Amino acid sequence: MIDAVIVGAGPAGTCCAKKLAEAGFSVKVYEKRAEIGAPKRCGEGLSEASQNFVGKIPERCIAQRMKGARLYAPNGRYLDAILTEGGFILERKVFDKWLAEEAIKAGASVQANTFVSGLLKDSKGYYTGVKGEFMGNEFEEKARVVICATGAESPIRTQVLGVYSKVNLVDSCIQYEMTNVDMVPDMIHIYLSNILAPRGYVWVFPKGEHRANVGLGIVPQEKKPGAYMEEFFKEHPEISKGSIIEVNAGCVPVGGLVKDMVTNGFVLCGEAANHVNPIHGGGIKEAVISGQMAADVIGECLKKNDVSKTALSKYNDDWWELRGNHLKRVEKLRETLEKLSDQDLNDLVDALKPEDIIEFARGAKLSILAKVLMRKPRLVGIAMHLL
Amino acid sequence: MTWIININKCMRCGGCVSVCPTAALELRDNVIRDEKLCKLCGLCDQACPVDAIKVNKP
Repeated sequence: MIDAVIVGAGPAGTCCAKKLAEAGFSVKVYEKRAEIGAPKRCGEGLSEASQNFVGKIPERCIAQRMKGARLYAPNGRYLDAILTEGGFILERKVFDKWLAEEAIKAGASVQANTFVSGLLKDSKGYYTGVKGEFMGNEFEEKARVVICATGAESPIRTQVLGVYSKVNLVDSCIQYEMTNVDMVPDMIHIYLSNILAPRGYVWVFPKGEHRANVGLGIVPQEKKPGAYMEEFFKEHPEISKGSIIEVNAGCVPVGGLVKDMVTNGFVLCGEAANHVNPIHGGGIKEAVISGQMAADVIGECLKKNDVSKTALSKYNDDWWELRGNHLKRVEKLRETLEKLSDQDLNDLVDALKPEDIIEFARGAKLSILAKVLMRKPRLVGIAMHLL
Repeated sequence: MTWIININKCMRCGGCVSVCPTAALELRDNVIRDEKLCKLCGLCDQACPVDAIKVNKP
């Protein structure tokens, strides 16, 4: 029997594995996909400050450095917010493999193309391992604790803890990686518009001079993101003239943070627990943090030989104190912003100062947003709602 | 009462799995559905980013 088995080799799973292995525990990570990091699951943006958690990111993982964000109002006016620390557009296919290598260097074992088909459970109701399939062969791996780092796309979280994403709390997304597009390369480009992307936004994240991830997320509905993208393309020939070299799709949780992420011998982390920033939909940083926090608590529990729900629930407390309460406030901010009409958004971009946006990107200064909204008489009602 | 997936449109993203309240869906090489668990609620149809799932409600 090993100490921990982790389902999913994304950033949550491998960062959890690395910490557990460093603490001397035996860890195995199973990845369903044939290639770790592929297909990519997101726009690949990450703030430079995230290196405080993930460590120094090697150059080979970075497609483009960015200095800030260009925020476009529905009327086409834009505002540049220059970040003091900047950020990266990653190559997730390289980055996720690097994280896996880091875990392996620390002593963990990682295996791709391995489907976890079920969980093992003992007579006392503790989860005690996984059933899996690799290259057509079925196997069982017994472990003292099971960590579910599958992302939102697995029924395991639903089977064990009843966790799923409410349909109105996901953004339905499509993304094209394109070449031969013309964009200012060292900024991420965010287009706000209720017509182009109801509730969500359109993003263009450059990956070098003429390459970019062009994506769009919307509240799920009958009209699909691809149809909205066609309309965005009509208005943006500088982008639509490019060629599509990769297509990604997905549903990103933008709310529904999970109160209780543990049970006997079982822990949820990363996007499986909906750990995503509800305003921009970014999940890499939250995945890394929750994977590491889970590892800290699981390590303590393994040392005491107690992986009961009660012992593991320290992870609930720690995560909610460090991240959950903050992300809950960000979710409230998103709920407020999604009430804005296109005219409100035009007014908002006019009223914002670049430094305001940076505060929002950090996610918590609702009183600052309220103050900004107060600058425009039309927006006072929404400001009052925030306060 | 039908649940139909167009595997030519499906991107295997698992978005349908993430919104399924009954764990009836699973993503392997294709999305597979457990008919016993599926309530034909249609949330997967609504969430699918590429219009690959069609649920005709009773």
